[in-house]
Order: sequence, then structure tokens, then C-alpha cells
Amino acid sequence: MSTAVTDVVVTETHVMPEEHYLNADHSLKSWLLTQDHKRIAILYMLTITFFFFVGGIMASLVRLELLTPAGDLLESDTYNKAFTMHGVMMIFFFLIPSVPATLGNFLIPMMIGAKDLAFPKINLLSWYIFVVGACFGLAAMITGGVDTGWTFYAPLSTTYSNTNVILTAVGILIAGFASIFTGLNFIVTIHKMRAPGQTWFRLPLFVWAHYAASIIMVLGTPVIAITLILVALERGFHIGIFDPRLGGDPILFQHMFWFYSHPAVYIMILPGMGVISEVVTTFSHKRIFGYKAIAFSSVAIAVFGFLVWAHHMFIAGISMYAALIFSLISFLVAIPSAIKVFNWSATLYKGSVRWNTPMLYAFGFIGLFTIGGLTGLFLAALGLDVHLTETYFIVAHFHYVMVGGMVLAYLCGIHHWWPKMTGRLYPELPAKLSALLVFVGFNLTFMPQFILGYLGMPRRYHSYPPEWQVLNVLSTAGASILAIGFLLPMLYLVWSLKYGQVAGPNPWESTGLEWETSSPPPSHNFHETPVVTSEPYNYGEKEGEV
Amino acid sequence: MTAHQQTEHQQPHHESVHHIGSLFTYALIFGALLIGTGLTVWAAFQNIEVGGISLNAPIALIIATVKATLVVLYFMHVKDSSRLTKITVISGVFWLGILLTLTMTDFLTRAWH
Ligand SMILES: [Cu+2]
Repeated sequence: MSTAVTDVVVTETHVMPEEHYLNADHSLKSWLLTQDHKRIAILYMLTITFFFFVGGIMASLVRLELLTPAGDLLESDTYNKAFTMHGVMMIFFFLIPSVPATLGNFLIPMMIGAKDLAFPKINLLSWYIFVVGACFGLAAMITGGVDTGWTFYAPLSTTYSNTNVILTAVGILIAGFASIFTGLNFIVTIHKMRAPGQTWFRLPLFVWAHYAASIIMVLGTPVIAITLILVALERGFHIGIFDPRLGGDPILFQHMFWFYSHPAVYIMILPGMGVISEVVTTFSHKRIFGYKAIAFSSVAIAVFGFLVWAHHMFIAGISMYAALIFSLISFLVAIPSAIKVFNWSATLYKGSVRWNTPMLYAFGFIGLFTIGGLTGLFLAALGLDVHLTETYFIVAHFHYVMVGGMVLAYLCGIHHWWPKMTGRLYPELPAKLSALLVFVGFNLTFMPQFILGYLGMPRRYHSYPPEWQVLNVLSTAGASILAIGFLLPMLYLVWSLKYGQVAGPNPWESTGLEWETSSPPPSHNFHETPVVTSEPYNYGEKEGEV
Repeated sequence: MTAHQQTEHQQPHHESVHHIGSLFTYALIFGALLIGTGLTVWAAFQNIEVGGISLNAPIALIIATVKATLVVLYFMHVKDSSRLTKITVISGVFWLGILLTLTMTDFLTRAWH
């Protein structure tokens, strides 16, 4: 095993293919009415990038307010709206569709050797539905915002809040159907559209991860839809469902909300884990360790993820017997996640590891997701949760999973498949620099929040005692580094569209069907239907197995 | 529709998958649904109580479940569909069961003061 830090360097000169999905037709109409899964993936990518920056602006407002102990930049009501809109935008309009609707959409048909998804028109419809839902969300924000937190707890949301609860709920409801359609499309595609020889155990782990996430999208999303409709009914027509004054039960809201929203965390993280599986094996140039364990752990996460939701409600007044059960199962769900982390690490062992940008992000993911996951166990413990819940410890925990895990996985995947999507390589040096900035900025932002939370700083207040200022200043400083780390890729990726080195079909010497066709691929992905004859990560016995 | 065509292509022996029930069956199920509706209305006006616990809501729910099952099986053709479709439907119902059962672990054991 070489100790030198090596990169894949593309030395051959390639030329762009003459015809591909991007230049097949240049008209606006050809984009807005496209049924090509690759173009729809690009449409989704542009849309969610916009919402990522809207959510990012809200995050900046929150961090700027917390620079000083006094509530001086934003009024408390405005602050409530800022963190609510940050959560709503990031979760429902960025993280939920992030990897599945972009990379999943682009890659699943190619990885299984198909020409497109099973239902191309439903795929396009899902993007339109998403845009309509997101417009409702934006309209709610522009016309005054919401202040309930992204969790819409009743009876605050149903009775007391005077903000745009229903408008936001309608936006999320509509966007939920986009998610259901995507999940449905993936499930049918993976069952029915596999190329000859592409058996279940020859599917890339990215596809397994998306299959598991799709199960959650289809089975979980209707519950949040119904819950939000009930909130709207109680708010608009005073039908007593959640508000005790009307004969309802506020805990019922939390049961129904978290029945979706805990598994939703796995809608966000599972596809990210799929990305990491592909990148780790490619840049170790070695067969993945424990293929079946990783594949089945994805399905196990999808199933067990539905049995743990009340760990968000330990202090909400649920019965202690229920709390015991949910605490126990929450511990168990850590096992399949740990299986993945161990298998990725074992894949690195004796591999010929190359340190290109996607691999840097994958390393970042593995480390930060592990911290996020392990602090989840602190919170699953009944006694400790009483002290830590509703503090900055919670905020740090889920940002380690959602940003340190998911956003890094998204950036990892975007860099890894950028040559496939655009035909050109991103520039390696600025990309590595921004990966480093993201990693440093991220830790500087959220590590102090673990300490603040442990010291007892509650979340969702715009002021705090002065002794916590140093840690808050560190956190805000980290956030500004993180922001640069997120802005840089925007610049060099756009630059690379014109000036990037032409990548050729398989710049990373990866196995996998998507790398066998030209970059960018032709409109129908393959010139002839591929026939699969071997396992997905067949890197042979050469350098990988020294 | 691509998946649909491919299914047919791969499984030429499963023509019966697309078999549609006779008009008589539809009429029969429609009649059963009407009777169910009538039953629901009638039961709503009765005061059904066992040991001081009102059974009106459970009875209405049972009738509604039976009606929904008929619709899913006959009007939505699940009865004559592939095993994969049946598993999909069953898993949906199973997941609803998870929601109800685990929520009840809280409601039924909570200390109601
Ligand atoms: Cu959770």
C-alpha cells in the first residue's frame, strides 16, 4: 500500500461526444417538457440549489443574531420566523429531494441499464408539483413567514400562531406528493426495468439505498400529508383534534408528525449513504467490503426507522412504558448504520486509496455522520435526553447528521458524477480547498453547539446569558467559513462547464454501467442495451488486493 | 407506461392479470357498499354501549374498513393482481398498523390524571 497521497489524474485527451442529452435540443420547451430523467435531474438540481441558498440566508440571520448575547438584530418574533423558515426550506425543499431527485433521478436508470425511469411523465410531473409546492412555501415566507418551528407543534400551530401556517402546510403537502411520485417511480423502475443479467445482488449499493428510501417516501409521506390537513382543519374550522380545549390531544399531533419525520431523516440520509458506498469503493479501487450487509442494512434502516419516532417526545408527556420501548428500539436502529460505517472502513483497508475531492467528502461524511449518529444514542437514552433535549445539543446532533452527513454526501456525489453529467471535470485544486473549508467550517460551527447544549443553552431563543458568548462567536465564525465552502463550488462548477477538462467516459476508472456510456450520455443512455455478467464492484485482483 | 409494456413482454402467460371482473360482480359489490352506507347511518343513531363504553365509533370504523376492503379488492382489481401488488397493498396496511399500535402503547399506558 502506497503511503503517498495520490490522485486520479486524467492524462488522456478526450473529445466530447457529438450528440448527448444536453445538446439534443436547446430550446426552453425541450427542457420544460422533457421526459428525460437526466434533464429532470438537472431541473431539480437548479431548483433545490435555489432553496438551499434561501435556507442558507435564514441560517445566516440566525447565526448573526446569536453573535451577541442580547436579542438585538432580530425581534424575538422575527427570530422565530427566521429559524422556522430555515428549517422548512432546508428540510422540505432541499434535503428531502436533494440526492434522490437529482443524482438518484440521473443515475438509477443508468446504473440498472435502462433507458429511463418506468414513468417518465410522472417524473416530470413530480418536478412541477415540487415547484408548485415550493412556490407556496416561498409565498408564505414573503407574505410574513411562519413562526411555529418546522415541526408545527399543536396547539401553537392550530390555535395560537398568527402567521402563515396553512399556506406553508399546503406547500409542504404539495411537495410531499412530488416525493411520493419519485419514490413510486424508483420502486417500479428497480423492479421492472433492470437490464438482462442485472440481478438484485448485482445492483450497485446506490440503487439499494434508493430502493430503501423510496419505501419510506411511499409509506411515510401520506401520514405527514394527513397530519397537515388535520392542522389546517383545526385551525380553519375548529375541529377538535389536537387542541385540548376542543377535546383534542396535542401529543397525537407529535405521534403523527414524527411517524413521518423520523423516517424522513432516513429519506435524507439513505441516498447519501448510497453515494458514499459508490465513492469509497471507486477511490479505493477495490471491491466493497460486505456488499450484502450494506444492502440489507439499508432496508433494515427503512423498516426499523419507522419504529422509533417517539424518541422525540420523551419529555412531552408520553407514558413511561412507551418511552422505554421507543428508547430501546432507537438504540437498535444504530446497528445497521454502524454496519455501513464499518464496511466502508474495511473497504479502505489495503485498497489503493486516491484522494480526489469526492473521496475527501466521503471521509468527511464517515467521520461526521459517526459523531452525529453516536450523539443520537445520547439522546435515545431516557435519562440523558431529559437534560439534553430542546438544547443546542439537539441542534448540533442533527446538523452533524444532516449537514455533516447529508450535505457532504450530496457534494460528494455532485463532484463524483459531475464528469458524467456535464462531460467535463471540475478543477481539482479549488474543489479540494472548498472540501477542506466545508469540513473545518462545519466543525467550528457545530462542535461548540454540543458544548453549549450540554451547558444548558436552549434552542430557539434570540438572546442568551453572556457567559456563552465565546462559544457562540466561534459557531458564527465557523458558519461564515462554511458559507464560503458552499459558495466556491458554485463558482468553479459553473466555470468547469466551459473550461473544465473533457472527462471521457470513465475518468475515475470506476466499474458500474453509468461509466460505460459516453459523458455526457446520449438521450437514451446506452447505444445498445447493456448485458450484465458480473457483480457491481469487480475491480479484479490487480492493484486493489496487494 | 413503459413498465407496463415491459411486464406484458416479460410475462406473456399472465394475460389473466388484466382480467376485469364481470358487470354482475360490480353490481353486487356496489350493492354491498350501499348496504354498508345504510348500516353506518342506522348505527350512528343507535346508542350502543357495553359496560359503559360507547361502541359507536368502533362499529362505524369496522363497517368503513369492510367497505374499503371491498373497493380495494374489486374496484381496484387487487384481487386479480400480481403477488407484488398484493404485497404492496398489505405493506401499506401493515404500516398503518405500526402507526396505530405503537401510538397505542403510549395512549393505553399513559397516567391520565
Ligand atoms: Cu428521530
